[in-house]
Amino acid sequence: MGKRVVFLKQLPSGLLLVTGPFKVNGVPLRRVNQSYVIGTSTKVDISGVNVEKFDDKYFKKEAKKKKTKTEGEFFESEKEEKKTLPQEKKDDQKAVDGALIKAIEAVPDLKAYLGARFSLRSGMKPHELVF
Amino acid sequence: MPFKRYVEIGRVALVNYGKDYGKLVVIVDVVDQNRALVDSPDMVRGQMNFKRLTLTDIKIDIPRIPKKKSLIAAMDAADVKNKWENSSWGRKLIVQKRRASLNDFDRFKVMLAKIKRGCTIRQELAKLKKQSV
Repeated sequence: MGKRVVFLKQLPSGLLLVTGPFKVNGVPLRRVNQSYVIGTSTKVDISGVNVEKFDDKYFKKEAKKKKTKTEGEFFESEKEEKKTLPQEKKDDQKAVDGALIKAIEAVPDLKAYLGARFSLRSGMKPHELVF
Repeated sequence: MPFKRYVEIGRVALVNYGKDYGKLVVIVDVVDQNRALVDSPDMVRGQMNFKRLTLTDIKIDIPRIPKKKSLIAAMDAADVKNKWENSSWGRKLIVQKRRASLNDFDRFKVMLAKIKRGCTIRQELAKLKKQSV
């Protein structure tokens, strides 16, 4: 459902770089398309966050290794591959979120706000709502 | 059943349709059976159909078609702005405008405040019930 996240910057491909922060609502550093986002007028201070190193190449999927399959191996090989997140990405997440969470906690109720979900209730008219 | 608010020179009315929706205006003259000449400190004096107006309780003392300066002076003397903002009708409109302008974060804070208020009310009620048992 409608997760509330912090927008960091727009990447060269046009996608938006956002983060939850991860500890607050489980959203990692990720790209998101503008069309699936509603921008609000609420702002957080991100001057303490360095987002220079993130670009589209950072998020590119790793090329899959090609495997030749025999009949016997066909059923087994699916179980063995496990994708773990590289430690480097976990460190990047911690670095970005560290400064960000301090800025978020400076504003009362903002952490709870980001942890909550957005949904349309009865009586809410999107074309009349101010975000 | 008799009428209490009359169309007269000096009657303050609320515009309920059109470009000037929501504004308070003063009736300064009557054009014919359906239209009034209407004026306000922040608009050009012009005619308006009575159907676009809702009369209020407020009336000010002015001669027919006063100059803008004397209209503003009469409105200040009768304290129209404060009378309106303290009336229950005026207060309701102010609250409606405020609610419409809340952004998503504000709506979240309002929700938290409502829950907190309900919680303290229920606690007090429980205390009182316990006492009266």
